Amino acid sequence: MISQFFVLSQRGDNIVFRDYRGEVPKGSAEIFFRKVKFWKEDGEGDAPPVFNVDGVNYFHVKVAGLLFVATTRVNVSPSLVLELLQRIARVIKDYLGILNEDSLRKNFVLVYELLDEVIDFGYVKTTSTEVLKSYIFNEPIVVDAARLPSLGAAGLFMQGSKRRMPGTAVTKSVVANEPGGRKREEIFVDIIEKISVTFSSSGYILTSEIDGTIQMKSYLSGNPEIRLALNDDLSIGRGGSSIYDYGNSSGSGSVILDDCNFHESVHLDNFDIDRTLALVPPDGEFPVMNYRMTQEFRTPFRINALIEEAGPLKAEVILKVRAEFASSITANTILVQMPLPTYTTRVTFELEPGAVGNTTDFKEANKRLEWGLKKFVGGSEHTLRAKLTFSQESHGNIVKESGPISMTFTIPMYNCSRLQVKYLQIAKKSKTDNPYRWVRYVTQANSYVARL
Amino acid sequence: MAPPAQSQRSSSPSQPSGKGEVSDLKSQLRQLAGSRAPGVDDSKRDLFKKVISYMTIGIDVSVVFGEMVMCSATSDIVLKKMCYLYVGNYAKVNPDLALLTINFLQRDCKDADPMIRGLALRSLCSLRVANLVEYLVGPLGLGLKDNSSYVRIVAVMGVLKLYHISASTCVDADFPQTLKHLMLNDSDTQVVANCLTALQEIWSAEASTSEEASREREALLSKPVVYYFLNRIREFSEWAQCLVLDLAAKYVPSDNNEIFDIMNLLEDRLQHANGAVVLATIKLFLQLTLSMADVHQQVYERIKAPLLTLVSSGSPEQSYAVLSHLHLLVMRAPYIFSSDYKHFYCQYNEPSYVKKLKLEMLTAVANESNTYEIVTELCEYAANVDIPIARESIRAVGKIALQQYDVNAIVDRLLQFLEMEKDYVTAEALVLVKDLLRKYPQWSQDCIAVVGNISSKNVQEPKAKAALIWMLGEYSQEMHDAPYILESLIENWDEEHSAGVRLHLLTAVMKCFFKRPPETQKALGAALAAGLADFHQDVHDRALFYYRVLQHNVSVAERVVNPPKQAVSVFADTQSSEIKDRIFDEFNSLSVVYQKPSYMFTDKEHRGPFEFSDELGNLSIGAESAAGTVVPAHRVEANDKDLLLSTSEKEEIRGPSNNGSAYSAPSYDGSAVSAASQALSELTILNPSVPGLTPQSNLAIDDLLGLGLPEIPSPAPAPSPPLLTLNSKAVLDPGTFQQKWRQLPISLSQVYS
Repeated sequence: MISQFFVLSQRGDNIVFRDYRGEVPKGSAEIFFRKVKFWKEDGEGDAPPVFNVDGVNYFHVKVAGLLFVATTRVNVSPSLVLELLQRIARVIKDYLGILNEDSLRKNFVLVYELLDEVIDFGYVKTTSTEVLKSYIFNEPIVVDAARLPSLGAAGLFMQGSKRRMPGTAVTKSVVANEPGGRKREEIFVDIIEKISVTFSSSGYILTSEIDGTIQMKSYLSGNPEIRLALNDDLSIGRGGSSIYDYGNSSGSGSVILDDCNFHESVHLDNFDIDRTLALVPPDGEFPVMNYRMTQEFRTPFRINALIEEAGPLKAEVILKVRAEFASSITANTILVQMPLPTYTTRVTFELEPGAVGNTTDFKEANKRLEWGLKKFVGGSEHTLRAKLTFSQESHGNIVKESGPISMTFTIPMYNCSRLQVKYLQIAKKSKTDNPYRWVRYVTQANSYVARL
Repeated sequence: MAPPAQSQRSSSPSQPSGKGEVSDLKSQLRQLAGSRAPGVDDSKRDLFKKVISYMTIGIDVSVVFGEMVMCSATSDIVLKKMCYLYVGNYAKVNPDLALLTINFLQRDCKDADPMIRGLALRSLCSLRVANLVEYLVGPLGLGLKDNSSYVRIVAVMGVLKLYHISASTCVDADFPQTLKHLMLNDSDTQVVANCLTALQEIWSAEASTSEEASREREALLSKPVVYYFLNRIREFSEWAQCLVLDLAAKYVPSDNNEIFDIMNLLEDRLQHANGAVVLATIKLFLQLTLSMADVHQQVYERIKAPLLTLVSSGSPEQSYAVLSHLHLLVMRAPYIFSSDYKHFYCQYNEPSYVKKLKLEMLTAVANESNTYEIVTELCEYAANVDIPIARESIRAVGKIALQQYDVNAIVDRLLQFLEMEKDYVTAEALVLVKDLLRKYPQWSQDCIAVVGNISSKNVQEPKAKAALIWMLGEYSQEMHDAPYILESLIENWDEEHSAGVRLHLLTAVMKCFFKRPPETQKALGAALAAGLADFHQDVHDRALFYYRVLQHNVSVAERVVNPPKQAVSVFADTQSSEIKDRIFDEFNSLSVVYQKPSYMFTDKEHRGPFEFSDELGNLSIGAESAAGTVVPAHRVEANDKDLLLSTSEKEEIRGPSNNGSAYSAPSYDGSAVSAASQALSELTILNPSVPGLTPQSNLAIDDLLGLGLPEIPSPAPAPSPPLLTLNSKAVLDPGTFQQKWRQLPISLSQVYS
């Protein structure tokens, strides 16, 4: 049970504020914002998602640069409230098409309308976009998607894959009609994998994990049933053996998930037999299945770093990154970061001859080297040389005082786990109107780190 | 410059202050109020939007109340909704004006459109004005009988709102009984769920004053009601499922078979994508199995994978909430998680609140087999750019060293920290080396050699400085320079701002003096003089004490300052096991995140669900005696069969001395069985009418359920024949069930069929 719900902008303005129970003083939004702000300024890092000030519990999640906040005096389940906040954000996104400060400000009346139906007297009624449809009467005012930086999964696909994808389709509202007045029958199934890898200083993989989601967004009319078939050789659970038991699984070629969970609407009647998921997708975006895998997989990038001392106040760093995926695939928005010794004063960079779309930077404030690449074609290798100048002698400790190297990237149409949607079947009567089906894969770095 | 408040028309729209704009709005609204011109609704919408946006940013727009109400005569539902929102916000501060709204809200409550009926009823109940409650009773009564489920859903919550405005009006109108009837009969699950919510709140509040209410509250936990909900759980929304699971967690099953049946029925909930459902299920499983140590431990094994999946699938905020619970379980049963340590490695981009939890878990799960790897990993973090985390990591290494028997390798690592020449690393490491020496004096030689190389000038943090000084005093024999370092520190006495460091300095120089008198004499004199002149009371007193005790008898002084020491075997734990158990009882609540029991951060009246569970002992009496069986005897027998534990062993496990064991039944809730039976016997003496009364209330439920059973046959209390046999499989016996638990999670999907 919550007492209040509000959404704050990055500067701390109330965009939406709803008091459900009148138990928490009105100034709560300010108290909350000040607390969050000072948490950072006091050098304690980010404020935790839940904290208590004077007997009031504040919950918050950050979505699209906005703070979604709930307050209560009661000792509730934190998971419930945080999940609820996340769902509210998702429902709002479903209705507005795009969730950001601008769209929220333009549509705050619609948001109030939603909130009234989602929560009554502090208790959750429903967060189903589908159920809510019959209670909502405001039309969304759609903001221009192209003008704004896109966020979340939709944004991922818009970069680099414009040829295949109608980029705006995923950012359209579930209630707004297409300009032509006719709704396009289509369904999106996205396999999004976030990978975490840690390489030791000698290049061995210390830990690796894939956190995947099969995300669905359906614009099909008439609620047809859908069947999603996954790999036949998919197995789940590692039969009691240690999850980090490498070596015994890589040869067999099958996909072994450590564990997974499913959306409410998924029926698993045939899952054991033929690995198909049956569901009637509700409106809006939702995860069909979340999965986790620690089975060994082929890492998309190899990172090599060499540090050479060049005199008492100078050193050279050579960074080499190699893409180990097929040349038909191109990664984009790659960023390589490396903390340098605190006494580094100046860095000069030297790129390969003919390098395009590269950016290099030395962030003075936190003494960090940043190397950005727009595109990275599979099978290729790129090198960066950086000459460092120090303000004091390094005493041969450069390696200890720099690193680890971290990398972020997005690889469209590629997934590490080899989990696949074999087919997507829509039980639909009319043969003439064949809905569009988009099955898309993307791999993203979560924590991709190479130690020195 | 500002126009007079009355002449609203003259106020300039460009007025920057909110006030001018508000009065401008007021006049515009007034103009539109009577108009029936086409397109007037659109203009109203724009004005209403403005009013609501001012309201949101905190500008007081209550002055337009009258105009808003006048404009509300419309058939446009969007306008109506905005108007309701406005009215709900300002009625409380304008009770007189609120009266104006009653009329149109009551009219809307009779509208032909169920949507409008529901909206109006919700607004009517949200006015929060005490002297208007008389107008609520009628519409609420009708709303509860409305044939639209939307209106009924709203009406049920309306009853709860009415209760909070005027409890007596609500009870006098007999609404709680109506809700109870709806709860057990309505076809719409959301109506049913809202009834449960409302009744839990109402009866918990009433229970302190009304015996009937407390009986009703107990009846909510009776077998028929709990089974009624459990059997329909899949029909409920995911949020209502959490509600049902919370209810079931307070239910006390009569025997182990029942426990297994419930777990069997709910096991697929562990695969739910909603973390709130999963955690509520886990809470229920943990509570149910408290009396069965071996199964309880299996629960830990079973919930590991779903918890880890939740940690990695949600937003950072959601993972934090789940991770906090995982943290609690790891702290209780580290050995169960000792092979999963790699899951607790920090990722470089994680927020520091997550990293801190992970470091604590890594510390807890470290044992003989994984310490080397964990410490290696922690050492990587020590060089981290994130300084607070680097510090925590070093502390973690130290804690692991203190809890291990074989600290050989760890000591080397710690000493390497000292050589890293980063101020904060050196500082943390010094504190740790000091603690380590207190526990393992045998390592002094290795440590002292390294500590001796540290220049005291590089150590600035008071805690680290104190640690260094302590070592200088304690090991002045082995450290060649000790007297001279101390002497130079004493020379800078006035620049030392920390009183704690000055205290340590006094003691260290005393110790040094007894070991190496000629070299230290001068320093001691200087220290005592400085100490006596110190403005800090404690420093002054200690200096004076040393001075006098030296004057009195030097050998006595030596015995006081430098007695033979015993190595510290266990450092004082910061949190008592009772508090830890209390937190465990409050699983799936904020207590776990804050790592504090709820009474430490909540007022009594807001303790929520745990106010309920505070009296679990009492409640279980109701439930068990309602079941009409001789529970205690039955229980013990069942326990003996399953547990392979004698009752006396069980007593021991429950004791507060037991700490951190996975299957320790916490002294508080876990004792429900014996507490209940004990309380039962007490209660029969105090209030012999209780056993007689509870069956009555039970009968009432059976009545409502449409069962005209004359007696309560304990094994078949239920309305629906399939009961907990939704599973087409026969009820699994404990053995098979446990077997099942070892299988791959996916095979559990059969439960769906």
